[in-house]
Amino acid sequence: MKITVNGVEHTFEGDLSTPALWYVRDELALNGSKFGCGTGLCGSCTIHVDGEAVRGCLVSMEELDGKSVTTIEGLSEDGNHPVQVAWRQQNVPQCGFCQSGQIMQAASLLKTNPKPSDQEILDSMSGNICRCGCYQRIVSAVRQASTGA
Amino acid sequence: MLHQLESFARNSQSATGLALQAVLRKVAATEISRRGVLKGMSGFVLAAHFMPDTAQAFDAYPTQGLNMPHGVRNDPHIFVSIASDGQVSIVAHRSEMGTGARTSLPMIIADEMEADWDRVTIVQAEGDEPKYGNQDTDGSRSLRHHIQPCREIGAAIRKMLEMAAAKQWGVSDGMVEAIGHQVIHKTLGTRIGYGDLAESAMALETPARDRLRFKTDEEFRYIGKGQIQIYDLHDITTGKAVYGADVNLPGMKFAVIARPPVVGAMIKSVDDSAALAIPGVEKTIQIPVSPLGSKFKPLGGVAVIAKNTWAAIRGRDALKIEWDRGEHGSFNTPAYEKELRASVAQPGSSVRNQGDTEKALQSAAQTLTYEYYQPHLAHAPMEPPAAVASFKDGKCQIWAPVQSPYVARTDTASYLGLKPDDVRVNVTLLGGGFGRKSKADFATEAAFLAKQIGGAVKVQWTREDDIRNGYSHTSSVERIDVGIDADNKVTAWRHRSAAPSFLSTFVKDEGRQHEIEIGMGLENLPYAIDNISAEQCKAYAHTRIGWYRSVSNIPRAFAVQSATAELAVELGKDQKDFLIEMIGPDRILEAKASGLPGKFWNQYEPQEEFPFDTARLRAVAELAAEKAGWGKTLPEGEGLGIAVHRSFVSYIAMVVHARVEDGTVRVPEVHVAIDCGFAANPERIRSQMQGACVFGMSAALHQGLSFENGEVQQGNFNDYAMVRSDNFPEVVHTHIVPHPFSVHATGVGEPGVPPFIPALTNAIYNASGKRIRNLPIDNQLA
Repeated sequence: MKITVNGVEHTFEGDLSTPALWYVRDELALNGSKFGCGTGLCGSCTIHVDGEAVRGCLVSMEELDGKSVTTIEGLSEDGNHPVQVAWRQQNVPQCGFCQSGQIMQAASLLKTNPKPSDQEILDSMSGNICRCGCYQRIVSAVRQASTGA
Repeated sequence: MLHQLESFARNSQSATGLALQAVLRKVAATEISRRGVLKGMSGFVLAAHFMPDTAQAFDAYPTQGLNMPHGVRNDPHIFVSIASDGQVSIVAHRSEMGTGARTSLPMIIADEMEADWDRVTIVQAEGDEPKYGNQDTDGSRSLRHHIQPCREIGAAIRKMLEMAAAKQWGVSDGMVEAIGHQVIHKTLGTRIGYGDLAESAMALETPARDRLRFKTDEEFRYIGKGQIQIYDLHDITTGKAVYGADVNLPGMKFAVIARPPVVGAMIKSVDDSAALAIPGVEKTIQIPVSPLGSKFKPLGGVAVIAKNTWAAIRGRDALKIEWDRGEHGSFNTPAYEKELRASVAQPGSSVRNQGDTEKALQSAAQTLTYEYYQPHLAHAPMEPPAAVASFKDGKCQIWAPVQSPYVARTDTASYLGLKPDDVRVNVTLLGGGFGRKSKADFATEAAFLAKQIGGAVKVQWTREDDIRNGYSHTSSVERIDVGIDADNKVTAWRHRSAAPSFLSTFVKDEGRQHEIEIGMGLENLPYAIDNISAEQCKAYAHTRIGWYRSVSNIPRAFAVQSATAELAVELGKDQKDFLIEMIGPDRILEAKASGLPGKFWNQYEPQEEFPFDTARLRAVAELAAEKAGWGKTLPEGEGLGIAVHRSFVSYIAMVVHARVEDGTVRVPEVHVAIDCGFAANPERIRSQMQGACVFGMSAALHQGLSFENGEVQQGNFNDYAMVRSDNFPEVVHTHIVPHPFSVHATGVGEPGVPPFIPALTNAIYNASGKRIRNLPIDNQLA
């Protein structure tokens, strides 16, 4: 099968049941996507498939044949996607482990809904757990990235 | 924590940094002759105050850091190097798990040495305590123990740079001044950059402390300002930050391990044929089973070695293992809860006996009994345990997210039969720690497997492994009996605690708690009541117990602060006013007068330097109440709750605003008042308080491990749920009591958790009339 990751086409000949998370981590050494639960409950592995946020631990390679995947490493050329900039300005992270997934989720939200309401932000981000408890700043950063303020 | 346990058996003097000892001996000698003032700690003599001739100083004070294994180091040559282009490298010897220690300590050095933060590179230390001093990142003590040595390191480097420039110009040291990454000739105004001075400055011996000039508080550039962002912020937001599982080595294998479902369960038989049939699985390796009481040794089990993580996971799932469940195979949570409740119904062993509590209870006009239960909890850091190890030519190298890398190194060496010099532990970022990653069983597993295969291997724990095979936070029943006289005055307070101890992880379980656990809110009730007693009652462990963010302070604050609010309601008093009344007159708690057989544990910090000051406790309670508008009228179904607790020598009060609706509680607002002494990095203090509220809310609302026939029944975030963005403490206001540097910095990472839970449950009571005495709240509001 063929898969495009961060703009680069790859051929995959392994176990087609492999979740995309383990493919990008173990085969491509794209380690920004994190393993947190393996069952789609925490969002640490969030990636974009054809622009839409999905859980990398749930989507198998079989489902990704011919698809285009973006990981945190490919979100922006220079690391300055508006969500990444807002994240830094709001000093969101504590340990940082879940933050790739949070940022990918937020970027996907803003792509489809550039001016979400507060409730829409809370709902969209509720699949991403932050054990350190950065939610207050996560919400502020998403709001900032959407409004520029 | 661990080091404190181990330190009992150690000679603290030999374990303390040589450079520091020299400074302290010198200080002590000066002091003996000048003032005859000595402060003794564990046979280690040092003085707290001295004033150098040359310039402004901060008054040095002793902390428990000096008594930790390998003490504290303040040798600038170990911690700082300067390249010829002026780039300054500063060693972070503490682990970063989200508190900001990796940024804040180097920031202190940079400020004191007048380095430009934009030209600082942080270098993470490997596990090497003989070189760096104690590295056990635990006990909320990174700032508390290291803020002074960091200032000493920075001031020494600044002095060395000034000496080098003065020599180059042929003038006295007093004619030059380091400022903003360069040294300036005071009269000529000429300047030399740090890069140009680096070689000659760093070749100098470390100046004696009494030749150093320390900044005044007003001169701080970064310290206390909260303007420095965490060092790894850019890497974190671009996916480049390296955590335990993010290390890849050439030819590395991937391992997932089937561990005993019950601690100490032995393998009866293994059928790995289905596992080996999975593409990518290469082999299985047995790891010897360790019983309860084996410290941080691997639990044991069967490891599946594979070409990638997915194959290892599938292989592990395909293993067929028969276990002999062993002595803990009949551990069942409902029965255990009953046991704990029965235990506190009987007198325990006294840990505090002030006045005559039994007599006062017997003669009381009214006695009230309150009992609170809290189940075992899992740390569940966002990053499940993971480690990479390689083994070659009799030497082992590990990359792991560990809180205590030197303990990981020495434990692993001992497990593998190697010398510590043959094991190297490289510290990655930690995706959360909360005490779990003090226990490096996962790093030792990786090292063991690397040795077995003679190469490199990554061990990945799944979330189920993390929740089922970790080190549980203690479960407890806390019972409080209160005596009231005919005038509604509280005359007696008896607190009994039954909770399995983390001692059981280290030694044969005798069913009793360690002084650390007793010291966390059992022996040091700060209430102005004539008769106070505290007892610990028997409780035995049936799972590995390990300290968890704020440890025994959680059940203690929950019990004491809930009982205080319940009592206020019983007596018809305002809950905040009654709390202040209980705290009573401003005073320093004194152990003997409080009926303690010895000293307060006090986080092992010297009482003279870190006293329990009830004025500070009262002040944070009043501050939080004032900021929250205590007493304001709220809509039906809403309420405020207050709680205060001192832990990690910090004083924290919280007022939680709760709204209870359709069986669900929401928290629109929290006011936190924190007195942590000098606030070195207010920005991270605020983030820790926000995080502590979320952490506390997760535990209060959702969390509890239950055991059936010795096995944990939960496994992932569906049944061990976390607070999420759809219901979290929405706005946390953190009010930091301002102090100068002279008011010793205390602790921040842990102490925010204990007051949150009772403040929430008190708010729930005030919102709904429902009193929560058993955690988690779960569906109790339905």
